Amino acid sequence: MKYHQVLVIGGGLAGMRAAIACNQNNIKVGLLSKVHPVRSHSVSAQGGINAALGNNERGGTDSPMRHAFDTIKGSDYLADQDAVVKFLEAAPKRIYEMENWGCPFSRTIEGKIAQRPFGGAGFPRTCYAADRTGMYLIQTLWEQICKYMQTSMREEMVIYDEWIVLKLVIEKKKVVGAVAWNLKDGQLETFKADAVIMATGGIGRIYSNTSNALTNTGMGMSLAYWAGVQLKDMEFVQFHPTTLKGNNCLMTEGCRGEGGYLVNDKGERFLKNYPDSAVAMEIAPRDIVSRNIWREVIAGRGINGEDYVYLDLRHLGMEKIMSKLPGIRDIAMNFVGVDPITQPIPVQPGHHYTMGGIDTDKNAATETEGLYAAGECACVSVHGANRLGGNSLLETIVFGAIAGESAVEYIDKGGKTGDVGKTLEGAKKEVIGKIDNLFHSKGKEDPAPIREELQKTMAKNAFIFRNEKDLKSAHTQIQALRERYKQIKIMHTSSLRFNQDLMWNLELEGDLDIAEAIVLGALERKESRGSQFRDDYPKRDDEKFLHHSMFEYTPNGAKLGKKKVTLGHFEPKERKY
Amino acid sequence: MSKKVTFKIFRFDPDKDKKPCFKKYTFEVKKGMTVLDGLFHILRTMDGSIAFRSSCREGVCGSCAIHIGGKYRLACETQIAGLGRTIVIRPLGHMPIIKDLIVDMTAFWNKYRQIKPYLMPGDPDPKSRERVQTEDERKKVDVLIDCILCGSCTASCSVSATNPDYIGPAAMMKANRFIQDSRDNAVEERLRIAATENGAFRCHTIFSCQYVCPKDLNPQASIAQLQELALKRAFGKLE
Repeated sequence: MKYHQVLVIGGGLAGMRAAIACNQNNIKVGLLSKVHPVRSHSVSAQGGINAALGNNERGGTDSPMRHAFDTIKGSDYLADQDAVVKFLEAAPKRIYEMENWGCPFSRTIEGKIAQRPFGGAGFPRTCYAADRTGMYLIQTLWEQICKYMQTSMREEMVIYDEWIVLKLVIEKKKVVGAVAWNLKDGQLETFKADAVIMATGGIGRIYSNTSNALTNTGMGMSLAYWAGVQLKDMEFVQFHPTTLKGNNCLMTEGCRGEGGYLVNDKGERFLKNYPDSAVAMEIAPRDIVSRNIWREVIAGRGINGEDYVYLDLRHLGMEKIMSKLPGIRDIAMNFVGVDPITQPIPVQPGHHYTMGGIDTDKNAATETEGLYAAGECACVSVHGANRLGGNSLLETIVFGAIAGESAVEYIDKGGKTGDVGKTLEGAKKEVIGKIDNLFHSKGKEDPAPIREELQKTMAKNAFIFRNEKDLKSAHTQIQALRERYKQIKIMHTSSLRFNQDLMWNLELEGDLDIAEAIVLGALERKESRGSQFRDDYPKRDDEKFLHHSMFEYTPNGAKLGKKKVTLGHFEPKERKY
Repeated sequence: MSKKVTFKIFRFDPDKDKKPCFKKYTFEVKKGMTVLDGLFHILRTMDGSIAFRSSCREGVCGSCAIHIGGKYRLACETQIAGLGRTIVIRPLGHMPIIKDLIVDMTAFWNKYRQIKPYLMPGDPDPKSRERVQTEDERKKVDVLIDCILCGSCTASCSVSATNPDYIGPAAMMKANRFIQDSRDNAVEERLRIAATENGAFRCHTIFSCQYVCPKDLNPQASIAQLQELALKRAFGKLE
């Protein structure tokens, strides 16, 4: 058994920032990550990170409250307003901190952090470092971790890379530790901790058309869900308007922020034909742009009548593309052989982000004692029904720091885990039992088609436009897939060392349970709000649905509940741009 | 039009194999299929015991650098089409094998940490504002900051292969990234670490690091810059 005062699960931006906060306060911290921290999905974030710095010449009167207004309006009024204000008041401080730590932000003429316009924002407030903002941020945090791993000035900070957590252990409504698998040598190990911070990121791989990394499975959120922690607002799934046709790599919103056009088969900038995007055009919020692209596709005005449109950057010129969007150009050239300097990029809406996640309050605390969550796996909620571009990177570092500080405060006030050796050993035995069952399964189901069918069902039936019939059919299919999952037979059963057949198929169970929660939430919410658009209920219904959806795990499926939304700063109004 | 391709893959499981071997997998290639797609196809339908690294699948995380058809490349952004009918796939060179295509990069990360890979501005952080940096100053770190730490350069470097103390191209480019950053103020210390007999002056200028870099970066140019700065420092001409 290993012991750390705080155990962080997940090594992306939120996890690393949380670990740094613990380390700054001389708390012994261990960080477990399925991949080396610099390989985490945060690395794929491109366009930037929001804060009301007012560095852009058109950003003069921007303020955290204006940023809060845009965020709440963007959320279709489902965000908790006290949390949003806390979130955005902390934004400038956290961005300056990243800059001070070395993040190579692009610069204005005065040498300040450069900011570009993004969707749904009243001011250009998205700070960026070309179009690889996430990669530079993650390397900056990793550099800080290396710095403090080397000094004797602070308490230990141990990074367990290529360890995957298989079970979160909660005893009497208090988190006590976890069981993890060291992929490199195949050993299972128990971890005792006084506090645990979940930072496992998103779950994109339950959709076939996601921009997310391969690592983003339903397993992370499921760890908490299976242990009895509630999930929140799972039906709200963001579809990014511009993912590359085919493999759905992200084509940053920065492309449109820098002035790119979206055009249909007739060569027309079609966003002008829709009332909700006619004014803001390409920089309308993501939910609106995605819907309008898909409406074009449904009407047969996709390119060649197919399921994509063009993102045209040619008029921006070579210099701007090379200096501000070089990564986009690389991806377009590598995967579809298109050079954006001379050709338009084929794009389509694809799964991008989950607004929902592990239920936390504005201090990143869950209702389980000692358990915190931050980043995409958490739902505070600061994004409500639709997240604004540039707010997710911000959420990772703001709430990563808050989660770390909350855990520190909990421990300072005496939060402690007692003798749980037996409990953890019991949990480890359960995990071993689960693996043994898979190794000796007499079932005949091949797990690969189960995963594929799940991903296709989600992309078809729980996509941009939803309705009762499709969602019910998706639910039935997921139930059937869950039954088939119980009978799976995996191929590699002789060793645990980097047994990726076992790893991916253990994660598949999490995929199925999270998918089920999304579909049930979408069915229950008979209204259209933010990212959730119901053909059969096309209007927002504040009277019946201005509340968060809650999901409690049971072996027979999710049990749904409700939770109040905190208002207080801005009255819900119709959302127009 | 679909066609068949054979991956000839390096296999080694230290738990059971006495020595490594190559195993062949033949399958049908779909249009647009990358080498990483091919590896997943093998894992999920042909042989669940194969092990390889992956994460972002879009060339920014640095997980999947392996030796493909004669060159170190990122599996995720390498199209199978154009590589011929039989493609030989091996792990990064000169690093201990954990399993199959997965190598132990501990030494690589130790070198990275050795050069103090973090900003050393020499003054307290201003906290409530940025350190001002002009656009031209920022341009000096362009390209240098794009290293994704995939290890291809180190794996291809004959000096890294034979001298365990050699700092290696990736770490030296990182050192130079900070030296070139106008906000950093530790050039003396950085040169003391990186421009030594096991640092910049051990480079044999074979340029394999530049040849293989999947991000088209040039670690060798950074090494040359470190040498130049070290000489200037020795002659008291460092600005």
